[in-house]
Amino acid sequence: MLERIEEIRAEAVAAIDAAGSSAELEGLRVRYLGRKAELTGVLRGIADLPPEERGEVGGVANKARKELEALLERATEAQDAAELDSQLLADRVDVTLPGAPPRPVGHQHLIARTTRQIEDIMIGLGYHVAEGPEVEHDYYNFTALNHPEGHPARMLQDTFYVQSHPDVLLRTHTSPMQIRAMETQPPPIFIVVPGKVYRRDSDATHSPMFHQMEGLAIAEGLTLADLKGTLLAMCQGIFGGERELRLRPHFFPFTEPSIEVDVSCFQCGGSGTLAGGERCNLCKGQGWIEILGAGMVDPNVLGFVEDYGYDAERVQGFAFGLGIERVAMLRHGVPDLRRFFDNDVRMLEQFS
Amino acid sequence: MKVPYSWLREYCDPGVAVEELAERLVMTGSEVERIEVVGPPSAQNFIVGKVLSAEQHPDADRLRVCTVADGEGERTIVCGAPDVAAGQTVAVALPGARMPGGEKLRTAKLRGVASEGMILAADELEVGEDHEGILVLDEALAAGTPLSEVIPLAEPVLEIEVTPNRIDCFGVHGVAREVHAISAAPLAADPWAEDVVAAGEGEASDVASVAVEVPELCPRFTARVFTDVTVGPSPLWLRARLSAAGQRPINNVVDITNYAMLLTAQPLHAFDLDKVPGGALTVRTAAEGEKMTTLDDVERTLDAETVLVCDENGPTGIAGIMGGQVSEVSAETTLVLLEVANWNGTNILRSSRRLGLRSEASSRFEKQLHPELCLRAQVVASKLMVELCGAKLVPGTIDVVGVSWPEPTRLRLRGARVSGLLGMEIAQSDQVDYLERLGFAAEADGEDLEVTVPPDRHYDVTREVDLIEEVARVHGIDEHLPTTLPAAAGPVGGGLSREQRLRRRAEDGLRDLGFDQVVGWSFTDPREPARLRIPFDDIRSSAVMLSNPLSEDQSAMRTMVLGSLLDVAARNVARGADRLALFEAASVYLMEAPPTGRNVGTETTNRPIGPLGGEFRGERAAPVAELHRVAALAVGPLGGRSWRGGGETADFFSVKAVLEALAAQLGAEIAFAPEPEPFLHPGRAAAVSLGGVAAGWLGEIHPLVCRAWDLDAAVGFEIDAAPLLGAAGAGEETYEDVTTFPAAYQDLAVVVPTTVAATEVRATILGAGGELLHSAEVFDLFEGEQLGEGRKSLALGLEFRAPDRTLTDEDVGGLREAIKAALETIGGTLRE
Repeated sequence: MLERIEEIRAEAVAAIDAAGSSAELEGLRVRYLGRKAELTGVLRGIADLPPEERGEVGGVANKARKELEALLERATEAQDAAELDSQLLADRVDVTLPGAPPRPVGHQHLIARTTRQIEDIMIGLGYHVAEGPEVEHDYYNFTALNHPEGHPARMLQDTFYVQSHPDVLLRTHTSPMQIRAMETQPPPIFIVVPGKVYRRDSDATHSPMFHQMEGLAIAEGLTLADLKGTLLAMCQGIFGGERELRLRPHFFPFTEPSIEVDVSCFQCGGSGTLAGGERCNLCKGQGWIEILGAGMVDPNVLGFVEDYGYDAERVQGFAFGLGIERVAMLRHGVPDLRRFFDNDVRMLEQFS
Repeated sequence: MKVPYSWLREYCDPGVAVEELAERLVMTGSEVERIEVVGPPSAQNFIVGKVLSAEQHPDADRLRVCTVADGEGERTIVCGAPDVAAGQTVAVALPGARMPGGEKLRTAKLRGVASEGMILAADELEVGEDHEGILVLDEALAAGTPLSEVIPLAEPVLEIEVTPNRIDCFGVHGVAREVHAISAAPLAADPWAEDVVAAGEGEASDVASVAVEVPELCPRFTARVFTDVTVGPSPLWLRARLSAAGQRPINNVVDITNYAMLLTAQPLHAFDLDKVPGGALTVRTAAEGEKMTTLDDVERTLDAETVLVCDENGPTGIAGIMGGQVSEVSAETTLVLLEVANWNGTNILRSSRRLGLRSEASSRFEKQLHPELCLRAQVVASKLMVELCGAKLVPGTIDVVGVSWPEPTRLRLRGARVSGLLGMEIAQSDQVDYLERLGFAAEADGEDLEVTVPPDRHYDVTREVDLIEEVARVHGIDEHLPTTLPAAAGPVGGGLSREQRLRRRAEDGLRDLGFDQVVGWSFTDPREPARLRIPFDDIRSSAVMLSNPLSEDQSAMRTMVLGSLLDVAARNVARGADRLALFEAASVYLMEAPPTGRNVGTETTNRPIGPLGGEFRGERAAPVAELHRVAALAVGPLGGRSWRGGGETADFFSVKAVLEALAAQLGAEIAFAPEPEPFLHPGRAAAVSLGGVAAGWLGEIHPLVCRAWDLDAAVGFEIDAAPLLGAAGAGEETYEDVTTFPAAYQDLAVVVPTTVAATEVRATILGAGGELLHSAEVFDLFEGEQLGEGRKSLALGLEFRAPDRTLTDEDVGGLREAIKAALETIGGTLRE
């Protein structure tokens, strides 16, 4: 009996060694370790042996079974691994082919992106975002902003009017929201107003529709110096932390004093000259780029909202307005304002 | 305003190069647009010469060979001017001179004769437009005298963009005062300080009279009369100065009026008094439709608000805007009436806009001049009339004061207010200096100043804050202002509103779904609704119309975003694009708030809403309804073509999936129902509702509309932002337990008549499934012969769950029977 067990074991070991596929190995498992296998029969028949043989035969048979089990497992594992390897090798793809189907990528319009960027900078400075109508009452666009009827300042902005409603117009700036906001909320107020504005002018540097960002801050004790600090923070946020400002006195009907603000050129660093020695094309060698208009809110404007808690002797503040297209053109080298409204996808897709 | 530097320096010489002055002007509030050099770029090699002889050129009829004394000797100059003659004193450019434009003059042979220079005409020096005759100079000038001692050469001219509040700087003298203020260089005596002696006979009122019928429109009218006037060309210096200032020299009388205006900012007008019958002038408003011909030879039709200066035969000029031809000064004129009047600025602005006629005079009058300026201009002009025209001033100034002008404004300038508004200190003594140099009177009273405003600043400086601006800008804002941020009273906690955050999310969502954002024109062609097949009585056909559009096809405000998207798509397709996925998030404009109902939102959105959902709304509602929309349009495949296939042209369902994904990103419940729109394929059009509120449309664009835009096919949607944001649950969700007890899943195949909508099947199942049926989604559609004519099979995946237990087969089996029964009521059967 013991010889027979050894014969089976040796035969099985040789067969496992020689097996070339996992199917073959599975056949061997059934043949040597299955329910009908001889070795299984031996183990099952141990009880029938004389008691003095049971121990030895049982021990040898069990040992042989365990050995074969272990051998089979190892061989199966090795075989599986080899088969997977060759399978994977056969599954090789050309990784340089494009992904399929291509997942379309949409693009944010440069105007929307620039608007958001500035909004976010101002939100960081503690401002809220207010939006208002584009078709507006003359009262909000002009009168309450200290452009009295018949005042030449109204001529500064060529205005579109609405047919058969002489007091209704397309807002020429985002400033009407200054008044609407102050009518709605008592001071302190800190808001920015993004949006479309319209002027009756069309050439390479003027579009009849464009976008502005208005800022308004009213509280006790705000100063022109605070305006400067706020604009510096904003411009550094837009154009980089190294930027400096230049303030030139100017005239706007709804601010007093009024200033125009230049930012130091971010291409030449304000020197007006590029590394190669040639004149900077962005600031035209000036070192400064005109970027926005601003000023301290005129007491006459506050007079229009006095009933809403805006007493010019108690609160004061500043306002500013900048052109979104201008910022986008400067930041991204867009040469012509009209490109923004052409919506050529070949341009849109340049800006992710 | 063009300010020749030599003229400016006559009143205030800052002693610096013009570029440096320009820089200083810019930094104190006067915008210098450019510095233009009038005349040759350099004065070198321009001299005075004497023509000793002028002979006919041997080989050219039109040329003369001149011998010219140049102070050192004689030289030969060939000259083409017919009027050159021996004995003339002339302007000569020697070889080496640079002509205006930069060209260098050389010795040249003209038809065989060497010309060692050039005898100059006025236009060659840019001191006038005259090219016909040479410039003949005062014969007292010695040959060889540098020409720059006679007229300014290489004259820098400051071109200043004067802001409309600074009417004083519309005159050279005002600019000189400004230069005085910012540089502290001395200011010369006022050019009107001393009046001329009246040497004429009689009294002005003997020969002329002025009646003002509309005093409120003509607060002051002054007139002086001059006899013995000799009209002729102005002297060279005057012509040069006017030319440099951009004014064409005409004759001495007209040039004098222009000169006085450019100096004082106060316009003047000269009449040939012999052509004014009886010397009687009347100021009145025009009759409606009254006509007159202005100096520019245009017949103008006037309205009842236009003010005229008339003689007894009718209008001789439009007040403050332009004179007429009737009494124009001509070569024969000997008797001149000089009008210097003050007009109501608002009226002038209105009339000049109405007539489309803007002149140097009207652009000044419209900004409201002070009546006291009248006599300044009279004095300046009178002196020149006597000096240059040999005229005699008739004693007496006719001075009709329609409205007496107010006392000078006195303002208190509080020291604390100056620093409180600016955030920087300016010493009181400096404040006084700055104000006095600007022409104000300032007297200290403790920390404060009592300030009197001069007449030239009367309408500009009316409040304390205006004075603060004056002292701040002269002090130097850029140089001295500290940089601070709002401190104690500063802003607290900025941010976006929920609606704004959701709108950003919606835009980002569409971008993530592969759509390119566009920004379309708010303007559109009023015929666009018709191109979209929208009926005339649809509210989308009554656009907000502009009264003064740039062009007819930009004269309406869009009532839909779709038109803009089609425009953009058509343009891109024409440029070769074959795959477009576009979206726009922007406003449309409707003349009236739309009625509640489909496509326009609910009662809550019926009001003209700002995108903020009412925040910062203000007292007066928006004049028209502005609705914020989100719209998208796809042309060609949504996903690109690939080596593994794909690239199917977008259709109703591919864009519907986009809109569903958008709604899902915002957590908004979305539903669709078949609903035709005139611009959509009638069988592939749906009304969209969000949170149960009508919100817009989704569909394939009607082939006829596509054809109108030269597109093969397109599919899109347009929804109001308000219901989208209103239905959005994103950010407001509450936790639901879906992990403790597992769900049970079952698929159902339902056969129904083709006419039964998928939503109806789904709603029926959900209704029958009750609370335990969590969801039912269609995942397959099958139509085939084995089902029979007019039937279709829908497959739905069902999810059952209970919050408090694991569902048993019996639970689900019971519900399945209930669902089966319910489906039978809509003609449906379950496929087992």
